[in-house]
Amino acid sequence: MGGSTEPPILKERRPMYRKFKLNLPQFILAIALIVLGLSTDFSLSRTELDVAGKNLTSIGLLTGGVIFYVGILLIISMFQNETILSIAILFPSMVAIAIFVYGFIGWSIRVSLSKWKGLKPDFTWAGLTQYVNLFHNDPRFIIDIRNTAVFTVGFIAGCLLLGLALAILLDQKLKGEAIFRGIFLFPMSISFIASGVVWGWLMNPATGNRITGINLIFQSLGLKSLISLWHSTPQPWGMAFTVIPAVWQLSGFTMALYMGGIRSVSEDLREAARVDGASEFQIYRYIIFPMLQPVTLSAVIILGHMSLKIFDLIVALGNKDIRLDVPGIYMWTTTFDGTNYARGAAIGILMLVSVAILVVPYLVQNMRTETQL
Amino acid sequence: MTRRIVVHTLIYIVLIALSIFYLLPIYLMLLTGFKAFNQVDLKTMWALPNAGLHIQNFIAGYKQLAPNLTNSLVMVIPEAILSSLLGSLNGYLLAKWKFRSSNLIFSLILFGMFIPYQSILIPLVKFMQAIKLYGDIPGLVLVHIIYGIPITTLIFRNYYAGIETEILEAGRIDGASLMGLYRYIMFPLSAPSFAVVIIWQFTQAWNEFLFAVVLTNQSHWPVTVALNNLAGSQLVQWNVLMAATLLAALPTLLVYLFLGRYFLRGLMAGALKG
Repeated sequence: MGGSTEPPILKERRPMYRKFKLNLPQFILAIALIVLGLSTDFSLSRTELDVAGKNLTSIGLLTGGVIFYVGILLIISMFQNETILSIAILFPSMVAIAIFVYGFIGWSIRVSLSKWKGLKPDFTWAGLTQYVNLFHNDPRFIIDIRNTAVFTVGFIAGCLLLGLALAILLDQKLKGEAIFRGIFLFPMSISFIASGVVWGWLMNPATGNRITGINLIFQSLGLKSLISLWHSTPQPWGMAFTVIPAVWQLSGFTMALYMGGIRSVSEDLREAARVDGASEFQIYRYIIFPMLQPVTLSAVIILGHMSLKIFDLIVALGNKDIRLDVPGIYMWTTTFDGTNYARGAAIGILMLVSVAILVVPYLVQNMRTETQL
Repeated sequence: MTRRIVVHTLIYIVLIALSIFYLLPIYLMLLTGFKAFNQVDLKTMWALPNAGLHIQNFIAGYKQLAPNLTNSLVMVIPEAILSSLLGSLNGYLLAKWKFRSSNLIFSLILFGMFIPYQSILIPLVKFMQAIKLYGDIPGLVLVHIIYGIPITTLIFRNYYAGIETEILEAGRIDGASLMGLYRYIMFPLSAPSFAVVIIWQFTQAWNEFLFAVVLTNQSHWPVTVALNNLAGSQLVQWNVLMAATLLAALPTLLVYLFLGRYFLRGLMAGALKG
């Protein structure tokens, strides 16, 4: 968190005499690339590009455009203005983000303010109707909000507590620390879909003769009272059980964040506290925990934005079970199965707003601290 | 001293208990996968395979997912390579060539990393249909590259910010230009960062579901979509499903096992800026 102490930035080299330095081979290459790029795009705009039965016209156009742009960059680099060159190199990424992130968000907002229902686009102005309906006449969306709240609280609390506990346990200089660390972290590399599928079987709610999964273990251990209906438990407790696989996946990540924070407290400081008679508990309480606050904040932001947009885990776990519905799934089904585009867009925008409330202050803060340096 | 031994024993007991919890899903997948077909029964889910190890389940699971594993591989390799190259250039320029409002531009790019993709999904689908890249792998590659720009730029920028500017100034004195410095000094130094970003993008794209499910049609489904479909269908036995799930998770698991160090760094870069 916070700004980095970055080294001074390179100064631009200011040429004193020439503003343009012709480099003949480079110039010829640049012209060749520009011609090649333009002619590729020109010919592709007339015929379609089919490779092995795939229509790759757009990819071809894009490649032509990239070739053309590299030619332009070569020419720009001959003008001895490196600020313009660096902006020109960044330009395609900036345009891509401007369109695919900001442009599309704007387009989604417009869709959410329309009456578009059905396959044919309909941009008739409907104002905030979709949003009002979601909050006032849509029990499913209210369930989604409650489920997201339950999931977010459980997920963040579970990851922080378990992550911190694991970090402290592994901070005790034990043998085999690396092995344990590896075990706690590996779930992070698995997809939400795969873990949802497996946990769905582990948390199988079947009872009686068909009892299986973790319930079967409980039964054979004689721990009958622990046998659970898992996510089929009446709400909101059923939703709370979906937190288990999510915490399984990301508590190791939280542990790694906390371990980084604990390691940054110097051993000298801890030794000095020990000499002064502090117990290990007091060292954690008064020295280490206060220094972990920034780590906790980043963890909350990372985990929080993940839980606000949780989607694939619940899809794999609940198999579109309406009781476990979340806004991400509602948006997906209402848009692509129900073709209610306006409502889908409104849900998407509300998800964006919830994430933005969490993330934007963090980004602004981060930008400010860096500008000061 | 005895107190210390007691405490350590207790810690080990807790750690081992927790390890069992973390390993349970993998254990179930392996256990089920190696059983013979005729030994599979929900009632004996936790029983060890008797009469030797069998790989029938894995073969059956592979038959279900083979085309999709190929689709994922074909998508992920160009995606990881191209987005790391792009991220490297962006990161270099944003770390070492600050111009006016470059911090603002960086923050605006970074925001793209956090957005829920549901908020851009409708325009994205319509756009991909309009440019005829809907339904197939090349379109998915493009989408992953574009929405990967924020994280790849971030990782490279943080890495390059840590490289001494003096090295570049020395290159400067030798007459290197903006891109000369990148080509002869920065790029050769960025191998570790490339490893981090390629692994990160590989894992992300392999595990991704939302874009995959809305942007591809059935014959081009990546493995996550096919696996989810398999899990929802009544036709596939759960033992085959467990084996298939392990196969679907295997590439990223192997990456984690052998390149975990780099994987972890990518994870940290996503969380801690600067």
